[in-house]
Order: sequence, then C-alpha cells, then structure tokens
Amino acid sequence: MEIASSPHVASGASVDDIMRNVVYALLPVVVFAVFAFGLSALLVLTTAVLACVGTEYVLNRVAGAPDTLGDWSVVITGLLYGLTLPPGLALWMVAVGGIFGVGVGKFLFGGLGSNAFNPALVGRAFLQAAFPSAMTTWSPAFLADRFAHISSSTLAFPFARPEYDAISAATPLSAMKFRDTGTDPMELMLGLTSGSVGETCAVLILVGGIYLVARNMMNWRITVSILATVATMTLIANTLAPGEYPQPMFMLLSGGLMLGAVFMATDPVASPITDTGCWVYGLLIGGLIVVIRFWGGMAEGVMYAILLANAVSPHIDNLVQPRVYGSRA
Amino acid sequence: MTGIMDTALGAPSFRHGVHPREHKEDTRGLAIRQFPFAPMLIMPLRQHLGAPAVPVVRVGQEVARGETIARPDGFMSVAMHAPASGVVRRIELAPTISGDMVESVFIEPLPADTQEVDDGEPCRLDNATPEQIMTAIQNAGIVGLGGAAFPTHAKLRFPDDKHVDTLIINGVECEPYLTTDHRVMLEQSADVIAGIRYLVKATSAVRTIIAVEANKPDAVTALSAALPDDLPVDVTVLKVKYPQGAEKILIKALLKREVPQGGLPIDVGVICTNVATTAEIGRLLPRGRGIQERVITIAGPGVEKKGNYLIPIGTPVRFALEACGADPDITRVFMGGPMMGPAVSNLDIPVTKGTSGILAFTVHETAAIVERKVYACIHCARCVESCPVFLNPSHLGLLAKNEQYEQMADDHSLYDCFECGACNYVCPSHIPLVQYFRLAKKMVRKLRATH
Repeated sequence: MEIASSPHVASGASVDDIMRNVVYALLPVVVFAVFAFGLSALLVLTTAVLACVGTEYVLNRVAGAPDTLGDWSVVITGLLYGLTLPPGLALWMVAVGGIFGVGVGKFLFGGLGSNAFNPALVGRAFLQAAFPSAMTTWSPAFLADRFAHISSSTLAFPFARPEYDAISAATPLSAMKFRDTGTDPMELMLGLTSGSVGETCAVLILVGGIYLVARNMMNWRITVSILATVATMTLIANTLAPGEYPQPMFMLLSGGLMLGAVFMATDPVASPITDTGCWVYGLLIGGLIVVIRFWGGMAEGVMYAILLANAVSPHIDNLVQPRVYGSRA
Repeated sequence: MTGIMDTALGAPSFRHGVHPREHKEDTRGLAIRQFPFAPMLIMPLRQHLGAPAVPVVRVGQEVARGETIARPDGFMSVAMHAPASGVVRRIELAPTISGDMVESVFIEPLPADTQEVDDGEPCRLDNATPEQIMTAIQNAGIVGLGGAAFPTHAKLRFPDDKHVDTLIINGVECEPYLTTDHRVMLEQSADVIAGIRYLVKATSAVRTIIAVEANKPDAVTALSAALPDDLPVDVTVLKVKYPQGAEKILIKALLKREVPQGGLPIDVGVICTNVATTAEIGRLLPRGRGIQERVITIAGPGVEKKGNYLIPIGTPVRFALEACGADPDITRVFMGGPMMGPAVSNLDIPVTKGTSGILAFTVHETAAIVERKVYACIHCARCVESCPVFLNPSHLGLLAKNEQYEQMADDHSLYDCFECGACNYVCPSHIPLVQYFRLAKKMVRKLRATH
C-alpha cells in the first residue's frame, strides 16, 4: 500500500512536453530560414544547436550533475540562438556564442529554472559585444546559388576575420534608420527581406505562437503587451512627426521584434509569474525597443530590451502579487 | 482567461481553479444501497473537530443499534451512537485516517438481531426553540459530512452582534469520483428541505441557496420540485469547477463576498452546511435518532462493485473493499476524493462521519504519478492561475525547498492555503507542493511552540 500526499491525480502536460512543443512551434520558422538563406542558415542553426546541447551535456558530466537534455530546454535555446544570428556568421563564432550562452547564461545560474536571463540572448549579446561588425553584416535573402554555395564568411577559420563574398544587404531597420528608406509591410510579413536567420517571416512566427497559446503553453499577455506598447508609442510618434518616424506596422513586422515578442520574452523562467507582472514586463520591453530603435545608436533594440526586462522581472513580481482571498487590499 | 469566460457564460463561479476529469459516470446513476455489517465496527471517539466524546458504555455491555454510546464532552464535541446492535468488545486506541491513534469503541454486531432502530425523544420543528434545535443536533452526533467533520451545532451558534442573511446548502461535490451528495439530493430531497427548515429556524436566516454544479441536472430537477412555497429557498446552478465546494470559495462564487482572513462565514452573514448534513438533520431530528450510518461512494478502478452505499459508521476499509470486490493490483486507497483525500496507511482504519468515499487506485493510475520525473520550477504560472485563494504556490514551493518556513507564514499567507491540491495538480514540473505546504505548516507550529 502506497502512502502519498494528495492530490492523487495530475493533469497531463509536463515540462518536457511543454519544451518539446515549443520546438515544434519553431520548426516552420526553421524551415523557412533554410529556404530563405540556404546552406549557410542550415549550418548556422545546426552549429548553434550542437554547441548549446554539447555544452550542457559536457558541463553536466563535468559537474557530476544528472543529465538534463531530456527536458528539451537546451534544444530551444540552441534553435532560438541560431535564429537570431546573421545568416553569414562564421560558424566558429556561432559555436563560441552558444557555449557562452549555455555555460554562463544557464549553467552558472543553476540550470533550467534558475536562469535569470534568456540563455539564447546571453549568447547573442556576447557575440554582439565581441564581434560587432560580423553581427551587423547581413547577407541578402533568396540568393540564386544559396543551396549550392556556402558563403566563405561562414567557413572562416577560427579566430580569423571572415571574408564576405556576397554584397552585404541592409536590413529593413538599418535602411530606415541610416538611409531613411522604408520597406513594404507585405514583404516584412512574408519574410522577403534580409535579416537574422529566423526573424524575417512574421507570419510563421505568429503561427507558432498561436499554436503554443492554443495548447496553453505560452503566456500571450507578454506578447500582446509588447506589440501593443510598440504600436501605440509608434503611432503617437508617427502622428506627431510623420516624416521622422515609421508607421506602427513597419515597427511591428521588422527586425527581431516578432521573434522576440513571441519566443524570447515569453521564456517563463526569466519573465514574471503574475498576470499583472506580465503586462508590466511587456510594457517595459515594448517601451525600451521603441526608445532604442528611435533614439539609440543601434538599428535594433529587441535583444537588450528583453535582457534588461529579464533583470527586473523578479522585482516586477514582488510589486504586483495578487491580493490573497479575504485579505484587505 | 477563465475570468472572462465565467462572466461571458453567465453561470456563477469563481476565478482560478481547475477542471480535473470528473470520473463520476461510474456511480452517478447507481441508487444508494444498504451496506452489510462488518464483523467488527470501530467507533473512534474523536471523528470530528473538537474534543473527543466520553464513552457511556462498558466492555462486555450489549448495545442496541442507534443507542448513544458516548456523550459530548463540552460544546465542541458531539454524541456517538451504536452503528449496530451488538456487544462492546473493547475500548482502546485504534488507528484513524488522521494518522493519530484515537480511543475507539469496538462493537461486534449480533448476527441474529433485527437491527431495528427505536425512535428517541423527537425535536419537533413547530415548537422547538433555536437552542433546543442546536442541542438536538449535537445529541444526534451531527457533524459536517462533506469531509471537515466540524460539529454542526457549533456553526449555528454565533455572537448576538452577527446575523445570517444567507444559508448556503452545499451540494457542489466538486471532487472527482464522488457521487454521494448527488444521490442524496436526488433520493432524499424531502429530507434536505426538512433539514433546511430546522436550520432556518435555528439561525433566522433570511434566505437559503442550495448550490449545485451543472454536472448534476437531475439533482437540480429533484430539488426544484421539492422546494417549499412558504420559505425563500432557491437552487443555484454553478459552473463545474474545482474546488468550488470549499466553503469560502463557494461563498465567493455565489455572493461575491470574501470571508476575511482568519474569519468565519458568519462574518459575512453566511452559514454554510453540506447537503448530506442537512438531509441528516431533516431525517434524524423528528425521530430523535443519531447518526449511525452515512452515504459514501466506493469507487475507483481498483473496485469491482462500485456504488453509493449507506454504510455503518465504523466499517473498516478492508471489509468495505472486500465486500465490493477489490482488485489484487490495488496500490493506493484514499478516503474522500482524489484531490484532497488522505491516503489510507492501514486497512483497519474505519469509515467515520467525515468519510465521503473510499477510492482505490491500481498500479495503472499510480505508476504514472509515482515514476514521473520532478523538474525544477520553470515559473510557468499554472499554479498561480489555479490557486483559488490567490497565493503564489511557485514562490511558496521555493521557500519550502529552502526551509524558509516562517517566511512562508509571515510574508506569503501560508495559512490561507487549504490544501485543495489545484497547484500540485497542474504543476508540469511535478513538484509536490501540497506536501511541502503541509510540512511547512507543521514546522512553523513547531518553531513557534519552542520559541
């Protein structure tokens, strides 16, 4: 006879189910990334996943900790990390960032559940600091020979400066910021522009997000809060100075915003746990994105906005705990 | 999200909560049947909240079924009655479901006896005073049959500065598998109404609401047909949701009132009694009898003859399971529903007044729960979204793991947790939150006692 504490029943989903479904939700984005950027993107994504998974495996072995690959979370980290990188990035840089992201961003904090920051973004932030030029060199999408030819920059020797053979393309955001050129929202929606491996096709990212929300595996409040904040702030700026600031639709669909709002900011570990906290957190991320994009030195601000919000997320929770039944407000 | 849905769908309910699979289909259609007498019935003298009853019988004495065998010891105590005509064989400590050893009266039923129950001094509705009704309820041994086993008469007595505007009769029965209250509402609706008359007279309640969840439409029909013309009683149908049967949650769902922390329903003008308790009052008081049996559901995949049984109080779990055809693969037996019911550690533990069911799970149901991996908390917020009292189980779980028990009590409302199990049920990391919270409460009590 077993003695156990109630409850004696449980609902179905477990952590590995949730994580595996996030991977499923990312698959359309991954397939499109390879379709748009060819072999280079495939190599970047493969290297990213292998670097992340391998790092976690080795560190667990070294530390004598139980194996954690079965929870699938490091696979998500690897995929997300790869999707945020420029398609022509040297593979050795991809590996370095992946090792840093999982090693420092996840393992040192105590592994799944304890990471204060999104590990994929920690890896990317490290690369942004270490290789600022490589991280802002974009190869164009839909090159004719993308399935036959691997960019020489991709295969650059470790610690060597990569050589770029394709003429580098401006992303819609850098075109807007530094050349005052707009991009058709329809192209942004469908992912016909240049950009990071997996950030360009807004539609497929949204499809993945809707799948997760339908399965109750993603907090939609964060995504909605970010998108609404960005749209509202841009609309105000655009109404006051139409020539200077873009349309809300351009802001929502360009750069890493959609990928960040749907898959990055919603990492449950590094985001608030209360409903109100999630709204506040999304507001903060959306606000920071607009500020960095409009008035900062960089064209894109999604990564830093999310990392900064990750840092304050526990404090947001402390401020907005729900009122306990029967307690005075 | 549930908040929006509730408002949209109209039927009253509360925010948060969960929807476990109901599993009521096996027994909801089965009429209440009389259960046989076990060869030995064990009557713990404390099977209610409060002081143990004082035995008024000796070892070797013959008792008649329904005869008082123990008297209440003070106000927070109730009488006990012989569940069968027989001989008192022993009065000694015996294991109970609470985990404590409790002084118990062992009665061996006499097989040749007719087991007829004689009526006692009746408590008549028309000429009894509120005080006489309360005393009659105490002497009938009536306690909350929903599970808490709080002495009912103690609920009815409140300070003069309080008043009752609403009497709630709780027929929610939100625990999976259990169908006892359902059958009582269906088969004993006249007793329920009779009980309401006594309760209204005792408390001067202005109106009465019988609360039933939407998954018992036949009970709603039966009760609606039995409603009196001369008394303001209504049946309210609630959305199906766990743990809506918890008193404080039900009050919020029906009246949008919150019982203050550390307070009682009477503080918001409410008295709430379980529907089976109400039926017992209506059935026993006019005859001057006491509780010697109750309706329980015996079900679960480990039981062959599932059903709703009128079972003598004191029947050992072993006898109950054997009589119903127990599966040899049974791995876990618990009393009450699967969300809150305590597991049985010893099959000699008897059915008491607070037992609403005996459920048996086999290795098929328990293996998946026992063998699953426990992950770290990923802050998915499912527990926060399920907690009916708006605690943060994720954070409480973290504090418990770090043994910061006093902080749980001081800063995070540990004692507002009534262990409904909703957070534990939804946790994808399979963290045993309820177990942590029970332990934390014990540890805080210990720490405070030593200071």
